[in-house]
Amino acid sequence: MFKITTEVITGEEVREAVEGPDAGAVVLFFGTVRNNTGGRPVKCLEYEAYPPMAEKKMAEIAQEIADKWGIHRVAMVHRVGKLEIGEVSVAVGVASPHRKDGFEACKYAMDRLKQIVPIWKREVWADGETEWVKPDAVYFDALKPRKTDPQTD
Amino acid sequence: MNVTVKYFAVCHEMLDRSEEEMELPEGATVNTILKRLEEEWPEIAEFYEVMQMSVNWEYATENTELVEGDEVALIPPVTGGCDV
Repeated sequence: MFKITTEVITGEEVREAVEGPDAGAVVLFFGTVRNNTGGRPVKCLEYEAYPPMAEKKMAEIAQEIADKWGIHRVAMVHRVGKLEIGEVSVAVGVASPHRKDGFEACKYAMDRLKQIVPIWKREVWADGETEWVKPDAVYFDALKPRKTDPQTD
Repeated sequence: MNVTVKYFAVCHEMLDRSEEEMELPEGATVNTILKRLEEEWPEIAEFYEVMQMSVNWEYATENTELVEGDEVALIPPVTGGCDV
């Protein structure tokens, strides 16, 4: 499952998308909306995506994971629109025979998603101002030329 | 030939539209579009350095040649997920 959605993301749908009899581990990651950025109070976040390209890039990341770890059970879902504090904006699910590979692949998926999947975030500050988020230096550098390995946080 | 050009996030706001049809000469490249936008909005050129382009949902360069019906997009630095 590689999906851009306006609907609430549930853990159950992500787990069900990846579970299978050959899995000994299911790793789920949820990104949630935090109430501040660098200490500045955030009211909510707004996400925008280029859905067909975003879903294509998610599928490519899953293929990279299949090539690296031999894991074929990967799901990625990203929500768009206005999200309130605490809501899930993104979920990654990986089912693998053993947990070590699952944890690594899940982190890899999230790192790559932040590099190549066309989704943008706008902060709506508590004081009413809005601002498109600029990527931090690591991801900014990763844009040109594009790298094949993910940078870590 | 005609192509569709899509604008997202900061580009959408800067140009005040999310997409448009563009009529381009045969042999046009992504760069043809960038130059045309620059004529309308010179400041956009500052963003080109950090922006990527896509053609038919795949990252492209400014030299990528276009054909009738292509879907081109300006891709500002992506910031999906969390914890950026």
